[in-house]
Order: sequence, then C-alpha cells, then structure tokens
Amino acid sequence: MKREFPLLVTALIGFFMILSFFVPHQAVSVPADFLQVCAVIVVAFGYVLGGANALRVNFDAIYKRQPGWPYKIVLVVSLLAMVIVGAIEGKGFQGEGTRFTWMYERLYSPMSATMFALLAFFIASAAFRAFRIRTLEAGLLALAALIVMIGRVPIGDWLTGALPPNLRLSAIQEWIMDNPQNAAKRAILIGAALGVMSTGLRVILGLERSYLSGED
Amino acid sequence: MSLVRTLETLDRRWIFLIVGLLVLIPLIWPLPLPLTVSRRVQGFHDAIESLPDGSTVLMSCDWDPSGKPEMQPMTRTALRHLFSKNCKVVVTVLWNGGPGIVDEQLRFVADEMGKKYGEDYVNLGYKAGNEAVMVLMGQSIASTFPRDIRGGVTADYPIMKKVRNYSSFPLLVSISSGYPGTKEYVQQVQGRFHIRMIAGVTAVSAPEYYPYLQSGQLLGLLGGMAGAAEYEKARGESGGATRGMVPQSFAHLFVAFCILAGNGVQWLKRREAHA
Repeated sequence: MKREFPLLVTALIGFFMILSFFVPHQAVSVPADFLQVCAVIVVAFGYVLGGANALRVNFDAIYKRQPGWPYKIVLVVSLLAMVIVGAIEGKGFQGEGTRFTWMYERLYSPMSATMFALLAFFIASAAFRAFRIRTLEAGLLALAALIVMIGRVPIGDWLTGALPPNLRLSAIQEWIMDNPQNAAKRAILIGAALGVMSTGLRVILGLERSYLSGED
Repeated sequence: MSLVRTLETLDRRWIFLIVGLLVLIPLIWPLPLPLTVSRRVQGFHDAIESLPDGSTVLMSCDWDPSGKPEMQPMTRTALRHLFSKNCKVVVTVLWNGGPGIVDEQLRFVADEMGKKYGEDYVNLGYKAGNEAVMVLMGQSIASTFPRDIRGGVTADYPIMKKVRNYSSFPLLVSISSGYPGTKEYVQQVQGRFHIRMIAGVTAVSAPEYYPYLQSGQLLGLLGGMAGAAEYEKARGESGGATRGMVPQSFAHLFVAFCILAGNGVQWLKRREAHA
C-alpha cells in the first residue's frame, strides 16, 4: 500500500492533466486549475526546504572544518543577511530604495554578472588548448563554427564586404543556421519530445518508479 | 626552447590579457562597423510596430544579472518601442534572481519616457512554479500574481482593469536567458492559447528557437547582443548593444584565431616528432 497509493495518485492526476489539455469544460478545467495552484504552492515550499538544506549542509561543513569552510561562512552569512533584511523590509521589500534592493543592485547583481563575464576568458583559453581537429567531422564542425562565430558579428561583413552579398560571411552563416542547423535542431527537438512523452507515460503507468525512494 | 614548445606551454594568463585588451580598447575607442538588420530581428520589430497604439502587452522578462550584457539592451529597446506606441506593459518574471534587475530596467525606461507605474506599466514580480505559473496565467493573471513587486494589490491598478488572461494581450514578448523562458512559453502558452509571440534570447541559446520561427510560432527573434544591436539599428537608436558589437567582434575573431593557432601548434608538433 505504501508503494501502490503514490502510484495510483500519480496515474490518476497524470491522466487527468492530459485530459484537461484537450477538454476545456469547467468540470475538468476547474479541478485542473486547482491542481496547478497546488503545484505552485509545492514549488514555493521547495524553496523553504532548499534554503534549510543549504544551511544544514554548510553549517555541518563549517563545524567539521571541511576544505573551503571559510567560503561556506560567507555563503551562510550572505544567505541569512538577504533573508533577514528582506523580512525586516516586509511587503514590498523589492521596491525602489529599500535596503534589500540596495544589496541586490550593489552586491548580488555585479558579482553575478562578473562570474558570467569570466567565461569569455576561459572560452578563449579552451579554444587554444582543447579544440582539436583530428577527423573530417571535427574539421567540418570547426569550419562551421568559425563561419558562424565571425559571420554573426559585424566584423564578418567588414572582412568580406568586397564580395557579392550572397558570399559574405553573414549570408553564409545565415544559410548554415537556417538549413543544416535548423534541420538538426528540429530532429533533436522531435526526438526529445518523444522521449519526454514516453517517460511521462511510463511514470503515469507506474512502469518508471525511480521517483519513489530511488526504486527502478 | 622551440617556438612550438613555447606556444604549447603558453601561460593562459597571456590569453586572458589579450582578451581583456581586445574588449577594453574598442570600448574606449569605438570603431564603426557595418550592421545589417536580419529577417528575424525585423520580424521582432514589425510585430511591435503592427500593434494598435495603446495596446496592452505582456512582457515576460526571465533573466537575472548573469545575462545582463545581452538581455539589458534588448529589454530596454523593446520597452522604449512599446512605450513610444503608448502601449501598456504588464511585466512578469519567472527567474528568482530576476525581479530586481528587471525592475531597474523598467524604472529606467519609464522615467526616461515619463510613464506612470500602475497606469502605463506594472511589474508583477516573481512567482515560483515555472510552467505551472505560465498555464495558470491562462486562467487569470491577477489571481496568479495577487500582489505586484511593490506589494500592491494587482487587481487595483488601472492598467489591470481590462486584463484577464492571455486573451487580453495582442502580443507576448518573452525576453529570456534560459529555463524557464521562451521555449516553455512556446510549448505551454503559444501552443495552447494561440497568442502572437516574439522573443529575445541569449546568443548561445538562439539556435534552439529557429524551428519555432520556421513554424511561425515565433514572429521574431533577437539573438544575443548582436540581435539587440540590430534591433537598436532598426529603431534608429545607438545603445549598449551597438557599443558592445566592436568588442564582441574582436573577441570572436580572437577565439577563432585561438582555435586555428591551437591546431597549428599541434600540427607543427606532430611534424617535429616525425622529423
């Protein structure tokens, strides 16, 4: 019963939500909306659990002086500071001129943007060290990458400005993106969608049980 | 030590230094580079241009500060475009790190164009739940977002008086840098509620949306900073994306050079070994 009941609930709700997509009648849409609201509430509780778990894991690491524990102190202090300041500000804590907004705009925002900006440096370094052309396929991939990379920015047209419009790098990269790339992407999307559908059906039918205590 | 050995063991900080200079120098001394407006960007521009003046538009800004260089210029230009047509803009955010930075853009453009909060635009803020939130908005926007980012009651704002659900909007503008974002809006909202939709996305994710453009589910697409720069050109503006095109051009060129140079070094190394 401990296993059968969750499987039954999953199957019933799964079939009902599929039905709600095709049947707009109130008898179906109203309970479906209620279930959607429940899903949103469950996700919101997920944040509380996630925050509590982050604190538990990091407090534990600090207590045991695990490698990198001083950084975990920074994490815990930052997490608590944002939560406490937000809670003190109360309703509208994200509004203009609040202390929370100041912390977000002056601390979180520039630090987050900086982390992402560092990627440019590592991509250049990796391009020099790791992008090895050893086969014909890798060569074709590299050629397409070079054309798209340079053709998508204005310098591509500046370099090939003397050529007829159809032979400029921007036109060639457009062709690559619209045809071979688009065809491959469409195939991947269709394949992934079929995979999602079959996995969904397996979950609804109770064949896929890995979400129940890691059981196969 | 041979040249091959020197290049093979090149300290990566030299590469970092060159990238830094290639980005910094053109920001200080910009160069004029040609910029052509692509079909996709023209489609984005035309979709907004074709709106009747004063329409109410839904704009979902699903990004956070990590995507700022790409997303900020396109968000600001789209807002300017909508406000210039006296459109009213209802903004939502499905990224938990995003409400603050999106509100910053809204305030910036609204102040610039003299628009009033609650009348000309409203920021409904963040709601957890990803696709579930998108579907719920199909029933009622005000009950999905009972309060806005400032803590006010959503339904009380004048802009929300005529807004019920997706059927209240002639256009959905999705500016997103990942999940949940444009892809989920196409799958959950465009396909189900048949709303006209345009999108602005990061350059790295743009290829994912080409099939949706081809199928007509997206009417236009801005791909990364280059897309934002083209949009600025289509609008006759010269903003952050246009300024960013020269540094980005040099950085792309340098990455291409690194790929060729790295392989050249390996080829020379193999030739030396055979000799």
